[in-house]
Amino acid sequence: MNPNLRWKAIFIAVVVVLCIYGLIGLPDFPTSWATVKSNFGSRIRLGLDLQGGTHLIIQVQVNEAVRQEADQVVLGLARLLRDKNIPSDQPLRVSDTQVKVSNLSQDRVSDFRTIQSENFPAWDISPAPGEPNGYLLTMRQSLVASIIQTTMDKAVETIRRRVDQLGLTEPFVAPYGQGENEIIVEMPGEGDPVRARGVIQTGGQLELRLVQDPVPYPNEAAALQAHSGILPPGTELLPGKGSPSPSGTPTGESWYVVDRTPIVTGRDLRSADPRRSTNRPPYWEVDFHLSTEAAARFGPWTEQNMNRPMATVLDHRVELVATINGRIEDSGMIEGQFSQEEANDLALVLGSGALPASIKYLAESTVGPSLGADSIRHGIQASITSLLVVLIFMVVYYRSSGVNAVVALLLNLVILLAALAYFGAVLTLPGIAGVILTIGMGVDSNVLIFERIREELRGGKAPVSAVDLGFKRAFLTIIDTHVTTVVSAFFLFLFGTGPVKGFAISLTIGLIANLFTSVYVSRLIFDWHLGRAPRQAELSI
Amino acid sequence: MEFFGQANIKWMEKAKYFFALSGFLLLVGFTAMFRNGGLTYGIDFKGGTLVTVRFAQPPNVDSIRHDLEAQGLGQSTIQSIRDVTNPNSNEIVIGLEEKGQGEGALDAGKTTIIKALSQSFPSGEPGKQDFNSESITTKGIADYLVSKDPLSLGLAAGGRYTQIAQQIVAYRTSKGIITDIGDLGNSGAPPQVVAALRAGFYPGPFAIGGAEIVGPKVGAELRRQAVLVTLYALAGMLVYIAIRFEWIYGVAAVVAVFHDVLITLGLFSLFHQYFEISLTVIAALLTLVGYSMNDTIVIFDRVRENNRLMRREPLAEIVNRSINQTLSRTILTSGLTFLTVAVLFVMGGPALRSFSFALVIGIVVGTYSSFGIAAPLVVGWNNFRGGRGSKVAVSSGSAAGIKPGTAKRVPA
Repeated sequence: MNPNLRWKAIFIAVVVVLCIYGLIGLPDFPTSWATVKSNFGSRIRLGLDLQGGTHLIIQVQVNEAVRQEADQVVLGLARLLRDKNIPSDQPLRVSDTQVKVSNLSQDRVSDFRTIQSENFPAWDISPAPGEPNGYLLTMRQSLVASIIQTTMDKAVETIRRRVDQLGLTEPFVAPYGQGENEIIVEMPGEGDPVRARGVIQTGGQLELRLVQDPVPYPNEAAALQAHSGILPPGTELLPGKGSPSPSGTPTGESWYVVDRTPIVTGRDLRSADPRRSTNRPPYWEVDFHLSTEAAARFGPWTEQNMNRPMATVLDHRVELVATINGRIEDSGMIEGQFSQEEANDLALVLGSGALPASIKYLAESTVGPSLGADSIRHGIQASITSLLVVLIFMVVYYRSSGVNAVVALLLNLVILLAALAYFGAVLTLPGIAGVILTIGMGVDSNVLIFERIREELRGGKAPVSAVDLGFKRAFLTIIDTHVTTVVSAFFLFLFGTGPVKGFAISLTIGLIANLFTSVYVSRLIFDWHLGRAPRQAELSI
Repeated sequence: MEFFGQANIKWMEKAKYFFALSGFLLLVGFTAMFRNGGLTYGIDFKGGTLVTVRFAQPPNVDSIRHDLEAQGLGQSTIQSIRDVTNPNSNEIVIGLEEKGQGEGALDAGKTTIIKALSQSFPSGEPGKQDFNSESITTKGIADYLVSKDPLSLGLAAGGRYTQIAQQIVAYRTSKGIITDIGDLGNSGAPPQVVAALRAGFYPGPFAIGGAEIVGPKVGAELRRQAVLVTLYALAGMLVYIAIRFEWIYGVAAVVAVFHDVLITLGLFSLFHQYFEISLTVIAALLTLVGYSMNDTIVIFDRVRENNRLMRREPLAEIVNRSINQTLSRTILTSGLTFLTVAVLFVMGGPALRSFSFALVIGIVVGTYSSFGIAAPLVVGWNNFRGGRGSKVAVSSGSAAGIKPGTAKRVPA
């Protein structure tokens, strides 16, 4: 064999072996048909539409986080104005990003500006419309954007931690769309979407607070009445589960007067674990451990408040009220009538930290695994049937040269699948559309080349130069069609979401593979064939 | 083997018929769109609820429709999955359009559908729970087993029963619907457990196979994005072709492709009872854009090559010859691709029906538009600009490596 051809052949062989190894050789070296199958199954990941599972699109209410920032500024500003004795009305938040200070003393305006520039540099001061002595502080867009970014990052992180702990295979959590503050959660094969949604939705804000009134109230009005309409300073009313009445049945909703500031929050937790309750089987409870810093705070505090009730508050609801029986250093527990799964879920929500803002479900889709299996079976049957028809036609129509096309097309598929596996791409229905277009263009490349060679042969060229010219000319066309399509795939990848992206990825990979197989590989087979045949032998095309 | 000899068709003289045909198809499409008040979108674009229900017995679609109407779900659509490939399917898909009930009630539609179905198929055994109901989860089954404790495990029961419940739920999921509680033994659950379950559950007549709920905001956003992304892709192709050929080629190619998309959308409107525009159809439309563009470029490429070889001929003549020369390739490629998607259309199952319909239409229209629309547009512009017979100079860098001496072999 011509040494030039030999090197090309070796190169192609290496590519093929690598691709096949990438498809069926990992993660376990294939020693049996079963490993080959399981390797292939684990390498080619199917999308939710084919595999079954649930996907959720969640919107994070980022303006809540922005509003919280503004609230912080209101508190800070009020304190500073008081400290510096600057006469004015109480600062007021007038929108998510604006704080108003009315009736500011005229001769202290410069002090006010100093406070702003020293403490709230990311805010702009402007006169409040219609108020001669009123001023507006407006959050700069840069700060708004950075708060939104941080909130989104934290929300994705928190949701990912929670979903990861549900024990599913390869869940996927990522920001979604452009600038809509959305997150997509994909849970392949999850059998219980309701539970998943519950776990994600839970705010997970744990707080321990002192309870002021020893008895809960049946409703809000009763609680207010007990304090003649005004709650003691520094306290607030929170709803909670009814405490069990003597007969054991819960009494419905109860209301508690509790301290406004918690002594311990979710941030102070080091870990949380479910545990079977020792005194109330078969129920479960959640043990938690505090960080060293929080424990140093919590120890003295519990000692001070010995024999007083303490509330475990979860997402602004009182879950449990217990009397402090002794000094608690670094651990505690949440007792409730939890089943094992509920205790597990609560522990994982507590362990993953609180969501930075509340969330809203925008879309949900569940594909039953059997539905997915149906569509994939149909899709594969149809694809194989049509591929076979095409391959048979190529061999019948182009005789020996048709074999080149068959080799090129099959190799194209192998490379495409292997590349998808290497990149960890997920095969979805639109991805299969990309594969179909790839195959279509692969067939077209071969037809273009063969028709061109036939044309050259009709023009009286010898086989060797006909092949040479045919490839050269068809190549120009093929490059143009392929680059145009890759250009459009590039835009689809850049601006498209989910399914459109999947289409673009498999299309781009497929087209590159096609350039390699239908031009490089097919040419090599022709050259090798021509090199073996006598000079003037007819070309089987 | 060879099917096609050398054609000698005067394509450009027939351009007026092609334009008339396209005009007719576009008119039909637009009329259909107008009559339906726009395109018929799938749930993913429109917002709403789509619930796939699997029945134990072949369902009576008419009576289901009647019961849905009784629940105030008159606008719902019911589609049977039964077809050639799936003659024994007991599945139907119930669609409910978003009626502005807001994001808060995202799954309200689904809840109402399930409620209506429960009324159509009343519970067989009072005091027992429907085992096929969605609300019977792993946790529910585990809790039930813990309370009954059929294996007499006592306090250590929780873990074991949760594990059994997981097996049972996995089995139910793989089956789609449980028709006999006794079948649960196949999941590996001990007979005592199955007996305990039989005492508390009955196999309900239907199960929810899948549900898709799309809030109106997401739908509108997706629609906007699909249109935008397609326009970006078209603009990208226009620029590339304009650089490689000349700007009018880019414009003509993009107009032709746009024409294909419009005709396909028009036919979707015409057959709106059967096909709706969903995200997968968008993928199909993108596929047909790629395919039609490919076809057009093959012809343009040949025009560019012939243009260098036959400098004296009028452009119309060159275009005719280029189309004729590539005709056998066009017929072969289109024929094979058409065959592929036709097989997909017939065999691909319901999930691929709308998708492959778009491709079947798209490939026919896309092939035809290359010689029927794109090429005449280039020739027409050329005549308009420079009068008959003049030619467009082709940018350099094309057809490299082709010697002038090869010109005589181009058949006339």
